[in-house]
Amino acid sequence: MLRRLLRTWFPHPLLSLTLLMIWLLLNNSLGLGNLLLGTVLALTLSRLTANFWPERPHILKPLKLLRYLVQLFFDILIANLQVAVLILGPRKRLRPTFVELPLELTDPFAITVLASVISLTPGTVSADVIPAAEATSTTAKASGQTGDPPGNPSGAILLVHSLDASDPAALLQQLKQRYEAPLLEIFR
Amino acid sequence: MIIELLVSAFILIGATFALIGSIGLLRLPDFYTRLHGPTKATTLGISGMLIASGLYFSTGSHDATSLHEILVLLFLFITAPVSAHLLVKAALHRRVYSVAKRPQVLARGQRAQAAVKEREHR
Repeated sequence: MLRRLLRTWFPHPLLSLTLLMIWLLLNNSLGLGNLLLGTVLALTLSRLTANFWPERPHILKPLKLLRYLVQLFFDILIANLQVAVLILGPRKRLRPTFVELPLELTDPFAITVLASVISLTPGTVSADVIPAAEATSTTAKASGQTGDPPGNPSGAILLVHSLDASDPAALLQQLKQRYEAPLLEIFR
Repeated sequence: MIIELLVSAFILIGATFALIGSIGLLRLPDFYTRLHGPTKATTLGISGMLIASGLYFSTGSHDATSLHEILVLLFLFITAPVSAHLLVKAALHRRVYSVAKRPQVLARGQRAQAAVKEREHR
């Protein structure tokens, strides 16, 4: 009973907390009035928009998420320099490629995070998410395999466009290890 | 004095990366690669500007720490990948010319589409 009550009135505690933080940052103050108004807004807004968020994201390891974000920050910095060199260098050297990343993640929120992270790191832009139903038969045919590749329970594919990939397999490996593997542990 | 130097340095860094992003937009060969220029400019280019802004408005005669920049960065980092994603998706759908080989995964969806078209034709 209490649980159901909590669920109806506080459907998304994380969202509410984020909204409150955003409100306080917007006002640039920690006054009591702002705290109260922010809390009211955060609770009503998350309640009103609850229908748009049928499921809560489950963050299992918040500390790991923090470390992931810090690592991402430095990656963005380094990759920016690499892309700057690519852009200013000779055009003929570029090898733009589409790579297909078989997704191990199944949670839609986690997939969204992965796609955004890939787009934010310079040199790669996530192009499309192809659901399992459309993906499996063609990839199996294309690569001469039968059945699902191992470690791809959802069967979905994230299509990534890379500005310069002379070795698509290495790029895939890097994306999977650096960005997808931590997300698998962080989200359920 | 030191703050002013730091602020100018960050503005210059930000402006440089914004410029490189624009040069990318101009020079790169096709739609998909051109998209890389601006999405990159928003990350480091804007970050540099925002750090400069935060520094400037938090020191000197300004009394409070300025934290609006964090919000700008947050909103930008959430929206930029989404718009880039939709642009690529639309371009793939419309078969915009691409230097990179068109991904094979998309083939099946198109065959289905072609079948539908054929049926309509009859």
